[in-house]
Amino acid sequence: MNLLYFAWVRQKIGKSEEQMAPPVSDVAALIAHLKNLGPHYADAFADLSRIRVAVNQRHAGLDATIGANDEIAFFPPVTGG
Amino acid sequence: MQTRIRIQREDFDLNAEVANLTTDGEAGAVASFTGHVRKEGDLSTLTLEHYPHMTEAEIARLVAEAGTRWPLTGVTVIHRVGSLKPGDRIVLVAVASQHRHAAFQACEFLMDYLKTHAPFWKEEARGEQHHWVEHRHSDEDAAKRWADKS
Repeated sequence: MNLLYFAWVRQKIGKSEEQMAPPVSDVAALIAHLKNLGPHYADAFADLSRIRVAVNQRHAGLDATIGANDEIAFFPPVTGG
Repeated sequence: MQTRIRIQREDFDLNAEVANLTTDGEAGAVASFTGHVRKEGDLSTLTLEHYPHMTEAEIARLVAEAGTRWPLTGVTVIHRVGSLKPGDRIVLVAVASQHRHAAFQACEFLMDYLKTHAPFWKEEARGEQHHWVEHRHSDEDAAKRWADKS
């Protein structure tokens, strides 16, 4: 799956995009997997109330189902306009 | 309904955009909102980041939703990204309809939803300090007002 990070999530993790194939089938499990990858990830995902998710460029919840070919993005609540 | 959605670094021209919405003569009303960078304290630069492709797709979904709620003849949404200074224009939502009520309402609806749904993030620079702007619960409340209306 293709992972994208924006705003301070990108800064905390230290990259804007990466590919990986973790053995997970929903967003919550993916986050749990990422938090185990190191302190930068653990810091970025420390407070899930501050994290928003998009799957294939649509807003999604932590319970959204994901697969190998999906694009999953993590970012803070949006602040445009 | 003609729809124009643009994400760009450059400034935009309100008069030209309104003119584009009225050339076919169908619109009797155009309501527009222009958002500017507000000068707050020692704010020097506001930098806008977005999620390319999702931004355009999300705004297109919001415009389509507005089109189901009100009889619109055209919608233009322009959002700037990159580094902006106090006073600069950030966003334009311009809505054309045959009558003013739909134009006013749809313009406000689109701004409320754009603020809570379109994937943009603002980072403020104040002197040497940089920090990400926190979202406002009042913006979410403004968007929720429309949830029960049609």
